[in-house]
Amino acid sequence: MTTHSNGSVVFDNVRKQFGTFTAIHGLSLHIEPGTLVTLLGPSGCGKTTTLRMLAGLEHPTSGRILIGGKDVTMLPANERDVSMVFQSYALFPHMSVLENVVYGLESSKMNKNEARSRAEDGLKQVGLAGYGQRLPAELSGGQQQRVAVARALVLEPQVLLLDEPLSNLDARLRRRVRTEIRELQQRLGFTAVYVTHDQEEALAVSDRIVVMQDGAVAQQGSPRELYEAPASSFIADFIGEANVVPCEVLRSDGGQAIIRVARLEHSVPGRSARPGPAKIAVRPNAITLDAAEAAAFPGSIRHAAYLGDHVEYEVETEAGTLFVVDPAVDRNLTPATNVSIGFHPRGIAIIDN
Amino acid sequence: MERSDRRLSIALGIGLAGLVAVPWYRIESGFFALDWVSNFPAGSAEGPALVQAISHGRWTLAIITLIFAAGLAARAFRVSSFRSHLLVAAGAAGIVFLVLQGLAIGFTGWTWTISESLFGALEQGQPSMGAGAGLVALSFILMSSFGLAERGVLRGDAFVISSIALLIFLVSIFVFYPVGSMFIGAFQSFDGSFDPSGFVRNIQDPSIWSLDCVIGGGRCGIAWRTLLLAILAAFGSTMVGLCFALVATRTRFPFKKGLRLLTILPIITPPFVIGLALILLFGRAGVVTQQLSNLFGIEPGRWLYGLTGILIAQVLSFTPISFLVLIGVVEGVSPSMEEASQTLRADRWRTFWKISLPLMKPGLANAFLIGFIESMADFGNPLVLGGSHGVLSTEIFFAVVGSQNDPSRAAVLAIILLFFTLSAFLAQRVWLAGKSFATVTGKGDSGAHIALPRPLSIGIHAVVIPWVLFTLVIYGMIFFGGFVRTWGLDNTLTFEHYRRAFSFTFENGAFAWTGVAWNSFWTTIEIALISAPLTAAVGLLTAYLIVRQRFVGRNVFEFALMMSFAIPGTVIGISYIMAFNLPPLEMTGTALILVACFVFRNMPVGVRGGVAAMSQLDKSLDEASLTLRATSFRTMRKVILPLLRPAIVAALVYSFVRAVTSISAVIFLVSAEYNMATSYIVGLVENGEYGVAVAYSSMLIIVMIVIITFFQLLVGERRLRRENRVATAFVPSATPQEKAAS
Repeated sequence: MTTHSNGSVVFDNVRKQFGTFTAIHGLSLHIEPGTLVTLLGPSGCGKTTTLRMLAGLEHPTSGRILIGGKDVTMLPANERDVSMVFQSYALFPHMSVLENVVYGLESSKMNKNEARSRAEDGLKQVGLAGYGQRLPAELSGGQQQRVAVARALVLEPQVLLLDEPLSNLDARLRRRVRTEIRELQQRLGFTAVYVTHDQEEALAVSDRIVVMQDGAVAQQGSPRELYEAPASSFIADFIGEANVVPCEVLRSDGGQAIIRVARLEHSVPGRSARPGPAKIAVRPNAITLDAAEAAAFPGSIRHAAYLGDHVEYEVETEAGTLFVVDPAVDRNLTPATNVSIGFHPRGIAIIDN
Repeated sequence: MERSDRRLSIALGIGLAGLVAVPWYRIESGFFALDWVSNFPAGSAEGPALVQAISHGRWTLAIITLIFAAGLAARAFRVSSFRSHLLVAAGAAGIVFLVLQGLAIGFTGWTWTISESLFGALEQGQPSMGAGAGLVALSFILMSSFGLAERGVLRGDAFVISSIALLIFLVSIFVFYPVGSMFIGAFQSFDGSFDPSGFVRNIQDPSIWSLDCVIGGGRCGIAWRTLLLAILAAFGSTMVGLCFALVATRTRFPFKKGLRLLTILPIITPPFVIGLALILLFGRAGVVTQQLSNLFGIEPGRWLYGLTGILIAQVLSFTPISFLVLIGVVEGVSPSMEEASQTLRADRWRTFWKISLPLMKPGLANAFLIGFIESMADFGNPLVLGGSHGVLSTEIFFAVVGSQNDPSRAAVLAIILLFFTLSAFLAQRVWLAGKSFATVTGKGDSGAHIALPRPLSIGIHAVVIPWVLFTLVIYGMIFFGGFVRTWGLDNTLTFEHYRRAFSFTFENGAFAWTGVAWNSFWTTIEIALISAPLTAAVGLLTAYLIVRQRFVGRNVFEFALMMSFAIPGTVIGISYIMAFNLPPLEMTGTALILVACFVFRNMPVGVRGGVAAMSQLDKSLDEASLTLRATSFRTMRKVILPLLRPAIVAALVYSFVRAVTSISAVIFLVSAEYNMATSYIVGLVENGEYGVAVAYSSMLIIVMIVIITFFQLLVGERRLRRENRVATAFVPSATPQEKAAS
């Protein structure tokens, strides 16, 4: 399982309607071969529908889908060169692990011996050699997950689809398995489309992230771009948390923009900011509570929660209630304490400008 | 793309074979007798469509051949929008024309005057359709389906589309066409011409609609009596069933397992057997009647023969069914609701009346409607107990077999009966839909049901225990009755009845079945063995389509299929006679009509079982299989069917047993060659040969018990495990794939 031919994916103005409900509005998307692209969004945003259309489990109402340059819009699922890892893994409970992995190869009319040796190779790739004769129910959650990946990968699909593959694992295992999946993808170099609603997972595994909202693409880009330059308050709040604060852009000046928040001026990165009313997204860890600089403004602690390695505060200010993450756990500010608020320029992005 | 070419070639091959290789028309002596081979292909009766069209002047068949040729031509093109349109159009046109010409041209010529005036008189009619017509029809359906698949309908899944199309076609032929024919039959005179006088006369018949029992001193019309009986029987069986369900789930009754066994009784008992046993107990020569007469000098009366007797028999027969329905309902009430009620200071009595019972209401209504439909459709008990006080289902029977022979009256009665049952069915589907409070919350819904208030507990025990004893006595009578020489007159014990029914001899080394019952017994087993796998297959396929596929009109499709459940057997029987006695389809007197009748009457049960079982299978299993390059057919064979094995076995057993024990439709359809056990027994009862009838009935019950036990053992473990749990429709964590997912 080393040659993964081509593997580009194109969605060309795809619409999907269920009855009167439009799940996807004119989606256009281009996925480069060999990359891992995440479809990220809240539930109901259309990310799973998009994935299922790519798999052939749903057919678009209009528009075209191309895989590896070939139009597959009307092709049934079983004739497409993709394979899928399901959220529930969907391992066939009445078949052994090996039978599960062989299943797809035999469906593709491969001869039995070759299918078997390929399947054993596949199990070895995911570190499950020797588990072939077990039933899925006899494996742990993480092992089942790897069987599901092996079962999909032995078909050497142009594109591997993963539908929330980690959601059935506990938090600790999730971190390990996502690293494994990313390593496998980079080692074998296949294209992968990965659906999740967990932004941290998306940031950790992706080459690119496509954030979806209400059946359309809200923003796409590398993890860093999305985090550092969110295009809207929705993105800012979805990828990492953010305080959205109204502001006014006064002028922009060589990559820096001078903005006014709560009567005070700040200098923040913002290449193309136009003068006028806007908003800023401020990361909770970019707010300091003991600012000494001139731009500091007053606030009052409303609620504090100690979480071991950091403290979360809600702070009442004239710019609204701010959510603050403070790594200084020893400071121990109690409610009603007055603080002096400052913004760290690196954690501020101008949005809705 | 080669897949779509290959399957199209097969479909076209079938059609071609139907046009040239087998007789188009029905062969009188039977297709499989192969008598036709000698005169094939030139004979005018035996020739295939092509020869019929060319040398026997049947131009309608020439048109069919031409339409088929259009489909054949499509094969020459590559897959394209044009080809798919052509296929859909040719297939649809073909099937429509095939059906139309079949209906339009009867034995003697045009059946409709409008076609005669349009096209002129035909010089010859045509016989019924045969093997050729069947193959070509199949080919047309596949052609359309594959065309639709190539256009990407239903995700381009040819198997699914063809299955849906075929099912619709078959259900149309075997459910809607007969029922439709019956409606038309109500407006026809004997020669088939339009004549509403029979309908008008019968629909106004005072013996059907009279309200004399309310306003005068006389008897009410048969429709009202049947309705009254059905309401009483439904009410009675629901109440008793509820008592049983409460006893089985909410008390410390020691014989709960035994109570559950009761639920299989109605399945294995031929429907007239309860009535028969009641006669042995309370009839004029019955044990109880005679004892009362001897001890107290009470004159033996005929009170049993009439609505009272039928009512008792029906409540006895249907209580287990309503028990089965209500046990799920009673257990489905979430214990946490009752616990919440208790923590809110309600005592047991208040909790039961204000919480538990209201939550069961939709379930009770459902049980009531099922009892209502069953009572309306019941034919066996009224037949043996009704005497002159018949109900609709038996009146239909006597309207065609008796001295009256008035098909129009039979049709009118059948329409009235159908109206009642379909209303109940509609009420059940529309009114009760989504009203179930059976709170199935899956995990985290532990806790125990609270005990019943003491007076209520005593009350329901007072119903259940005598009722169980009564049932035991009834079944005891059935088994004992077969050993008594002449019931009530000569109570000496004898094997005579069994010997008459089931004797066999060895003579000169040859083995012979000499008993009178063997003939019908083996026919019954044979027909049941043929129809059971077909029923299970059709039922489960339908369940698969309903649960797993989303298509336009899916709800209508499901509704139409389930509706055949609400069509009483008598109605099916009479409509089959009316529909399948003349061209285009002639099947009366054959085994085929019995098989078709069983398959389409029992299929809804297979569908229900399949739907319940399939809803427990995670849909992602099918989807995983599809993305692993398997076709839906392979998915079904390799993934779904193996996981559904218990449901398959249940469907098989159930349809087998139903085929053996049913009577209502069968009694119309049997012939001298294919007589079924139940109709043979009814014949015995009518001749007053109770001994042999009872012996034969108990034999059937024992055979059924043996078969069910055998299959229980075969798939026992899984079923048993399920029964020990709180058995709602969905059993969390009982299926392997859920374990895999957790």
